Amino acid sequence: MIPRYQTILFSVLLLASVVMSVVLWQLRERAHQRLLVGQDSAPTQAPEVAPTVQATLMVANDADNSLLAQVQSLPLPLDPGTRARVVLGKLLDLYAASDAAHPVPGGASSVAQVFLLPVSNPDSETASSSSAPAAGRPNFENAKAVESSSSTAGSQARNPLQTGPELAVVNLTGAFAASHPSGLETETLTVLSICGTLHANLPRVTQVRFLVDGKPRATLAGHADLTRIYLADEAAPQP
Amino acid sequence: MVGVSAAAQAPTAPAAPAPAPARFVVVLDAAHGGDDLGGRLDGQAEKAYTLALGVRLRSLLQARGISVVATRESDATVDLNRRAEVANHANAQACLSLHATESGNGIHLFVSSMAPAQPMHFAAWKTAQGAWVTRSLGLAGTINSALLQAGMTVTLGRTALLAVDSMTCPAVAVEIAPERGPDKKVSAGLGDPDYQARVAGALAAALLDWRSEAGQP
Repeated sequence: MIPRYQTILFSVLLLASVVMSVVLWQLRERAHQRLLVGQDSAPTQAPEVAPTVQATLMVANDADNSLLAQVQSLPLPLDPGTRARVVLGKLLDLYAASDAAHPVPGGASSVAQVFLLPVSNPDSETASSSSAPAAGRPNFENAKAVESSSSTAGSQARNPLQTGPELAVVNLTGAFAASHPSGLETETLTVLSICGTLHANLPRVTQVRFLVDGKPRATLAGHADLTRIYLADEAAPQP
Repeated sequence: MVGVSAAAQAPTAPAAPAPAPARFVVVLDAAHGGDDLGGRLDGQAEKAYTLALGVRLRSLLQARGISVVATRESDATVDLNRRAEVANHANAQACLSLHATESGNGIHLFVSSMAPAQPMHFAAWKTAQGAWVTRSLGLAGTINSALLQAGMTVTLGRTALLAVDSMTCPAVAVEIAPERGPDKKVSAGLGDPDYQARVAGALAAALLDWRSEAGQP
């Protein structure tokens, strides 16, 4: 004979179990609904495919110390800064290939960012380039002047009305600089091919400055001077 | 007093003797050194190759009566600006910055990428080479001829190199790479003593030619 209090206790526990099951079921349903709502808020539209355009890469060759223009069809974004990074990434991908004529490890990920800044005073640039370094490839502008202008010109860099000459600041990764083969020729070719490729695809880019991990660096891998601003349209080495 | 009386006795003083031709000086800048190892070449630091070539070349030049000033003669750290200072104080007729690399083929000759500029009384640092770049190109041409005559592969280029850009002398950066055959395989490595001797000999011959072109004995 089951005592009465045990029957009541069993009934209460059974009732509690049923209630808890119902509550759990409802919680599960709510969680499921929340999940569905979350999925609905996720972007379901396919990413816009960038139009394929002809890009010119100035590809270096260690064997004869030359830069050869190579035209490739690449899907390039419209934003100039992003476009510059994509083009340089493709260039460095070529160098990272096993059969590259200018072997440099790293590939596309070696270009962290490319910033495009308007050249603040074209008149003064012309004057400076006609004096000391003249039309020679590297421009010996004081780097500090660029640093001061870059901080204020960042907002102007994306001005769609900007049509003047631009300075491209190429921020390379430290890993790229650390793994770059050391040598006058190979480092010079890397620098000049980047300058030439930028100018070929973004003609407004007339000057190029290099940073490594966001900071100025004396040389790329012990030789090529990275402290100065390079004139982008003078990329081809001349004998 | 003696001088005064002599002048009084001979009012038409004899013409001053022609000034002795300037001493022909070559500056050899063995790149890197000390803490600055340079590149890693065949497991050895670039600084060792450049110093070895510098020592060998200095011996050849001195044996031919050419005065040599070296920016470093041991495994010492020498600042890039200091290298240019040494070269500029030497008032040299030729300055060679010696480098080595594993990439490429043969000898790479580089002249400053600066455009020719008019010489000024006070040359700005880092742009001083501008007034000399035309002569530097001439020196590179002479070296190129000597290397080709020695059967070597030569590539010419322009570059921005801090030490060279600050030099006030005809300056060329000489970078030695392994010699490769048509199949791109190394036929003479950087550590090959025969290759080093050929390079040093050709450079010495080039500097002798340069001295002759300068009209110096």
